[in-house]
Amino acid sequence: MEETRYRGGLLLLEIVVILFAVLYFVPFYFVLVNSVKSFGDVMRNTAGWPEVFMWSNYARVWEIMRYPLAFFNSLFITVLANAGLVVISAMAAHRILRKPTRLNKLLFALFVAAMVIPFQSIMIPLVKVVSGLGMMDSRLGLIFCYFGFGVSLNLFLYHGFMKSIPLEIEEAAVVDGCTPYGVFWRIVFPLLKPMTITVLILNSLWIWNDFLLPSLVLHRPEIRTIPLQTYAFFGQYTKQWDLALAGLVLGVAPMVAFFLAMQKHIIAGISAGAVKG
Amino acid sequence: MRTKRLSEAAQQLVFVGPAMLVFGIVVLAPFFMSFYYSLTQWNGVTSEVKWVGLDNFAYILTSDEGFRTSFWFTTRYTVAAVLGSNLLGFALALVLTLPLKSRNVLRTVFFLPNIIAGLLLGFIWQFIFVKGFAAIGQWTGLAFFNLPWLGTASTAFWGMVIVSVWQMAGYLMVIYIAAIINVPKDLLEAAKIDGANRFHMLKSVIVPLVMPAFTVCLFLAISWSFKVFDLNLSLTKGGPFGSTESVALNIYDEAFQNNRYGLGTAKALVFFVIVAAVTSLQVYFTKRKEVES
Repeated sequence: MEETRYRGGLLLLEIVVILFAVLYFVPFYFVLVNSVKSFGDVMRNTAGWPEVFMWSNYARVWEIMRYPLAFFNSLFITVLANAGLVVISAMAAHRILRKPTRLNKLLFALFVAAMVIPFQSIMIPLVKVVSGLGMMDSRLGLIFCYFGFGVSLNLFLYHGFMKSIPLEIEEAAVVDGCTPYGVFWRIVFPLLKPMTITVLILNSLWIWNDFLLPSLVLHRPEIRTIPLQTYAFFGQYTKQWDLALAGLVLGVAPMVAFFLAMQKHIIAGISAGAVKG
Repeated sequence: MRTKRLSEAAQQLVFVGPAMLVFGIVVLAPFFMSFYYSLTQWNGVTSEVKWVGLDNFAYILTSDEGFRTSFWFTTRYTVAAVLGSNLLGFALALVLTLPLKSRNVLRTVFFLPNIIAGLLLGFIWQFIFVKGFAAIGQWTGLAFFNLPWLGTASTAFWGMVIVSVWQMAGYLMVIYIAAIINVPKDLLEAAKIDGANRFHMLKSVIVPLVMPAFTVCLFLAISWSFKVFDLNLSLTKGGPFGSTESVALNIYDEAFQNNRYGLGTAKALVFFVIVAAVTSLQVYFTKRKEVES
């Protein structure tokens, strides 16, 4: 008796949560369905199914946004920033953990403390630094900025993870004649793989979706990332919902695809990153 | 011996040097420069930087209406968004750790808003508030949906809160789920044998043991909400009449729209002190409540 009541309660709960999930998804329904309507159809019949499917909205937006170019810019920046961040943070974390000199302890404290500085607090002088170094309006300059803003958290996460790698493995490699560089690249770095995946995922979500920093550094339309291009596009076509919504769907699509492909890693990465952070 | 020292120095340079270099240029240098620029009047374009001492800070603290409004808005918004997202995230985590058939799909659904850029979410919800709600209102006749959502100060405030809770709850849910799964089964069994009902188990066993997750989730939600910019820019742009302008947006406008870089930098420094103080206080207080299982 107890058993069946429990199951009945659970089923009821499940139905309630599913209804709530449907409600949660309503915004996506509205955006998707209206992105393939004509303008008049959007205005007259916002909630319903399209009278005619206007796939041409997407074709037009694809052209106006120069979507392939924006996609390439986002990809280029995210990939290079990730690659550099992994290398410099893992190497620094290794040295700081294994050689805890006074200097290294101080540096580590500095990296960790800097995590509380909000980006908006330093963005104004940053613009001056970036233009002083001639990195304004350049994708490589932006990537350099991501190195600086990402290194604190990445180093901190690697540092925490590396404590679980036994020192004996590294010592054995030294006895076998490995150089310090060899020890790191051949022994330690492969063992860091789970944390490297976490770091890559956290960085990718942040960099791909970032708006404020790229908006300060990149100006030329040819080098804009997807969020920048969507912002510019939306500004030009406000209230022209048929085109604006198709633009939004194109802007959101790559990240949704990435998430559905990498879901397990993303969820695990967020849990791991949060526990350490 | 000398070669060993040399090799140590080389290793230090190769391993830590790059991290130090990028960090020094991109974070430390601007941070220290901001102390100097906050004491100046500077339009960002010309090289003419005029020393004004503490005038900027005096202005911010005594007569800057816009900063005060944005600060008050950000505080109220943070309280509402942090409470809402944590309550919803924790409730979802509790339900989605029960043996439901569809729980994996449901977790995905609730998490999905997090992978979308805040800027794009703001635009998506702008459409929902302006057109979508009106359509639902027409269909259901509920007055709630027929409000001028982004048109008045108080509804625009709640609009910001709704979107933030909708987005953040899923992320916090993932962290809470990881914590709830790690509560030892034998403790729950023991509590059940001692006659604890579901509410007691939640209050006396689960909540104390997932305290570390509360620390993390509160920290994340507070720092996200306090620093909100993208969503604010795309959803309300601070409007109507600056009533929903966040501090971050106020700083941005002061510097890059009004070209008052000195004043903007001073605001940014005040902002830094407040964010650092609030988040450290919160971590200190919730850390004290954590227990060992």
